[in-house]
Amino acid sequence: MANLVMFCILAVVILGSAVLCVMTKRIMRAATFLLFVLLGVAGLYFLLDYTFLGAAQISIYAGGITMMYIFAIQLVSKRTLQGLVEHLKGSRVLFGGIVTVVGLLTVALVLLKNQFIYRACSVADAEVPMETIGTALLGSEKYQYVLPFEFISVFLLACIIGGIVVARKEKEK
Amino acid sequence: MFDFSIVTTWFDSLLRQTLGLGDFWSILIECILVGVLILAGYAMLAIVLIFMERKVCAYFQCRLGPMRVGPWGIFQVFADVLKMLIKEIFAVDKADKLLYCVAPFLVIIASVGTFSFLPWNKGAEILDFNVGIFLLTAVSSIGVIGIFMAGWGSNNKYGVVSAMRGAVQLISYEMSLGLCLVTAVILTGTMQVSGIVEAQTGPWNWLIFQGHVPAIIAFLVFLVAGNAEANRGPFDLAEAESELTAGYHTEYSGMGFGFYYLAEYLNLFVIAGIATTVFLGGWAPVNIGIEAFDAVMDYIPGIVWFLGKTFAIVWLLMWIRWTYPRLRIDQILKLEWKYLMPLCLLNLVLMTIIVAFGWHF
Repeated sequence: MANLVMFCILAVVILGSAVLCVMTKRIMRAATFLLFVLLGVAGLYFLLDYTFLGAAQISIYAGGITMMYIFAIQLVSKRTLQGLVEHLKGSRVLFGGIVTVVGLLTVALVLLKNQFIYRACSVADAEVPMETIGTALLGSEKYQYVLPFEFISVFLLACIIGGIVVARKEKEK
Repeated sequence: MFDFSIVTTWFDSLLRQTLGLGDFWSILIECILVGVLILAGYAMLAIVLIFMERKVCAYFQCRLGPMRVGPWGIFQVFADVLKMLIKEIFAVDKADKLLYCVAPFLVIIASVGTFSFLPWNKGAEILDFNVGIFLLTAVSSIGVIGIFMAGWGSNNKYGVVSAMRGAVQLISYEMSLGLCLVTAVILTGTMQVSGIVEAQTGPWNWLIFQGHVPAIIAFLVFLVAGNAEANRGPFDLAEAESELTAGYHTEYSGMGFGFYYLAEYLNLFVIAGIATTVFLGGWAPVNIGIEAFDAVMDYIPGIVWFLGKTFAIVWLLMWIRWTYPRLRIDQILKLEWKYLMPLCLLNLVLMTIIVAFGWHF
């Protein structure tokens, strides 16, 4: 019962903030509502006792990505952001609706087809110890993920170097 | 050693067996009670810290500090709180009212969130996850957004400049703060706060002794980075009064300002508390291996040890704050990105080597 109450509160927060994030006209407010959505999702992870993912969600998405969005907003000049109006045509609304329905159907079909939910429900919620997560992340056996981990690190390093190259001022010759 | 879990188990059985309440109601009552206790402790400590800061600052500057209200001025802070509560709260013209109102709450949530991770006594850890230290740094990162929103939402150019400075500084110093904690985690092998303290009980088992060189380096870097993270000391350029009036909370009055003020002092306490927990043994008493001495020390309850060590570090940080002049923004960023962070990374490698070869005590 307590789980259900918490889930309902979180669901209302997530959905309400998500709608407000899209509906608001001020971009800083949108970033704020996005923060609430991300925090709500972190709450869902905590509800499932998956504390590591919850902590990662808060520190990376809520603390990191949102802050990066805010910095990006700061770098854009104020005039380009003000008075942005776009009128939607009927055909585009229809197209958007169709894409949404197709997406929903795909997700529903995949979820029902592969029996993932039933398997997840049969296992009781339990905190995964940090050692298990650590060895799974950095082990090289089956179902261990050192290769993707290293790939992502190299990829991020490349991104950082690229960012520095873009931002670097050329010295006058 | 007094174990606080006796009290908590007694209360739990009181609710469940004596009163016959179910799971839902007993957990609800316990959660509310713990929440009230955290907030009460938070407010009490804030009052103590503000008074301490005024007195310490005054004595460093050869003044007396507040002396008029009550004997030795001890009621000064209560008078200030009363003043803050009855102030008018006004909104700024053309400001984003929503962000203006939400920002102080984000800052105070981050502060209370990190505050509730502190281990007060044996068996009196409030939030004790298996990812404790990681979650702690995660929660503290929400405060940055609150600070930025405050500057943006007040429609004040000083506010925005200060918020920019504050955000850049906090993001930078979070790096070395996290790396120092990871260094400690390597040594203890657990991220759980209670586990880290448990590993430090016993003679000469505080991490700073166990991990000798790298642990001492990590401790010192942690103090520097923590001072910057709490926006204090030589790193308080986000609220440099002479250039930015008051910084990101210039436009706040009443309790809105009060929340920033509280969060600032409590962040100082939280930083000192984490340093105590991770490096100086938390509630673990001073044990030196001589049985009689250790037995006497064990009689002193853990909360006394914890508060004593924490306030010693708070005093150290205040000493630093009132001794050194303020740094410039480029000096602050240079210190972090060119010196502290590489030092932390090297220190991490050093600690890994020491742990791998078993060279620690």
